[in-house]
Amino acid sequence: MIQRIRSFPIGATIITAIVIACLPAFIIRYLYGLGAISNLSDGRPWGLWISFDLYCGVALAAGGFTLAAVVYIFGQEKYHPVARPAILTAFLGYQLVILALLVDLGQPWYIWHAMIFWNWHSPLFEVAICVMTYTGVLALEFSPAIFERLNWNVPLRIIRAIQIPLVIAGVVLSTLHQSSLGSMLLMMPYSLNPLWYTPILPLLFLTSAIAVGPAMVIFESTISSRVFGHRMGQDVMAGLSRTIPYILGIYLLLKLVDLTARGSVGLIFTAYPLNLLWWGEIIIGVVAPIVLLSMPNVRQSSRKVFWSAVLVIVGLILNRFNVSMIALAPRPGTIYFPSLMEFAISIGLVADALLVIMLAHRLLPIAENHELAEGQELVEGQEAI
Amino acid sequence: MSKGVLYDANKCIGCRACQVACKQWNQLPAETTTNSGTLENPPKLSARTFTKIHFTEAENNGKFHFVFTKLQCMHCEHPACATACPVAALQKTKNGPVIYDDNRCFGCRYCQVACPFGIPNFEWDKPMPWIRKCTFCADRLGAGLEPACVKTCPTGALKFGERDDLITIARERIAASPDKYVNHIYGEKEVGGLSWLYLSPVPFEDLGFPTLGVEPVTVNAERAMGAVPPMLVAVAAIMTSVYWVIQRRQKMSQTKESDKNKVEVTK
Repeated sequence: MIQRIRSFPIGATIITAIVIACLPAFIIRYLYGLGAISNLSDGRPWGLWISFDLYCGVALAAGGFTLAAVVYIFGQEKYHPVARPAILTAFLGYQLVILALLVDLGQPWYIWHAMIFWNWHSPLFEVAICVMTYTGVLALEFSPAIFERLNWNVPLRIIRAIQIPLVIAGVVLSTLHQSSLGSMLLMMPYSLNPLWYTPILPLLFLTSAIAVGPAMVIFESTISSRVFGHRMGQDVMAGLSRTIPYILGIYLLLKLVDLTARGSVGLIFTAYPLNLLWWGEIIIGVVAPIVLLSMPNVRQSSRKVFWSAVLVIVGLILNRFNVSMIALAPRPGTIYFPSLMEFAISIGLVADALLVIMLAHRLLPIAENHELAEGQELVEGQEAI
Repeated sequence: MSKGVLYDANKCIGCRACQVACKQWNQLPAETTTNSGTLENPPKLSARTFTKIHFTEAENNGKFHFVFTKLQCMHCEHPACATACPVAALQKTKNGPVIYDDNRCFGCRYCQVACPFGIPNFEWDKPMPWIRKCTFCADRLGAGLEPACVKTCPTGALKFGERDDLITIARERIAASPDKYVNHIYGEKEVGGLSWLYLSPVPFEDLGFPTLGVEPVTVNAERAMGAVPPMLVAVAAIMTSVYWVIQRRQKMSQTKESDKNKVEVTK
């Protein structure tokens, strides 16, 4: 116990130092504009922030809605201990997305325009509305942790009463905007490489997000159990990892059938050098995890499950970078590589979120152990009486 | 009826008076450029340059051509930018122009990414930047005037009028001298039709024009967006019924167990 508290601030100090070091990039951006800190141009108007913070950020926060659905709708109580950390990281992930957009938008002070000027045809409009609403839903889904800490029983009871409608709303909103991020790219049939451009992009985006949800939960839970010293049930990890091959299998099937149906399957051999990236994302993020996690002895080892989850995550990040940056042709004559300050913004935001997660784990009841869960039920039972 | 402009590369002499007229009417500042070894200047469109004449040296049927083409917003009939814009800052008017409203825009730049011609440009160097592009002089059109560039063109290379009439005129010009024109009106069918139409003595791909199909680029995205409301209802319904079924099953098994317990107790 004492050891844990002593070792904790060292990591926090390093992360705080990173946050402070990245701060100047934010200040320069708001004083002098996007051109002053980024390599973005008319030829490449979307860069690192859209690919990493928006496209990867939203997909990697999918653990929130997948776990909430598994626990509260499908009634798999076994996963209850990991649901709350998953909802917390999703909540922070979406705040990160919004913060990144507040940097990336040319006029961030007008971000609320999305709420009053509606364009129903725009996939980005749908993403904007869903991200805003879902962040609110996640705040409510997470709020019991704060109310429990403060012993506020009335709001706690209200949230518990609307918990199921909240979770269903979260699943609906997530389905819509995870897929709409794919719909956004449908507008670019001439610039997105045909290896990736397909009318079913929204479906592929949704499927890969559902697959990466449990992988992210495994990733986070393993790390936080190391850092904060909670015990992690291996049956929970094994159970989560068992679902991943099925979802990735559907994803792989969709991808191959779609390529064949469009008559573009030959591109995976001929579209050099972009086909290497396609193979990369398929082998790293889809085939390898399917093979690994289908083996029972891999699922029994928490270390192997962790690294398989990492593969799924890396594959997804590669996929989102491919579709939103590398395989998306810029205007002729444009070469783009993110500037140092663009990296500083993205790294600073992630470090920020890590700090909040650390604080939350210290101050709030995040990782419930079984005793605590039973205790809560007791308290609820008493209230009912 | 929708207005348009017909640009005839065989009539253009590359004087660039249209560039000057555009800068004057829209009160755009000059750009600082360096000598790039050609008379073409500035090198590309930007937030301060809505139109420019592009010079191409091309060969067609064994003949050398020095071809000028005027670049500006094409004012598509089905504009990708207008469908992309989440706040409807870009809109296609009935009159023809695709207009931009900076009271709505928040600078997401999706229009820039979506435009198949690479037209909307952004004020990267300003702390409060807007999107800028050719307006088709929507203000002048509203007052019954021609666009500034058309008004100033000394050779009639730019012709303003009803889009349908312009297509007829373009066909007549091709038919009258088929050796001077390629048999293609660029913009008649491209991505569902453009308000700006082009005639050229050489194939358009040689001029750097993108080769585009007849289907609007917005088709797939709009189809996907049309599926959103039914998806919303379907996912909500499925989740609710799954929840209901699972709760019911759990209750049933609980009552069975308690029944068993009762039986055991009575025994």
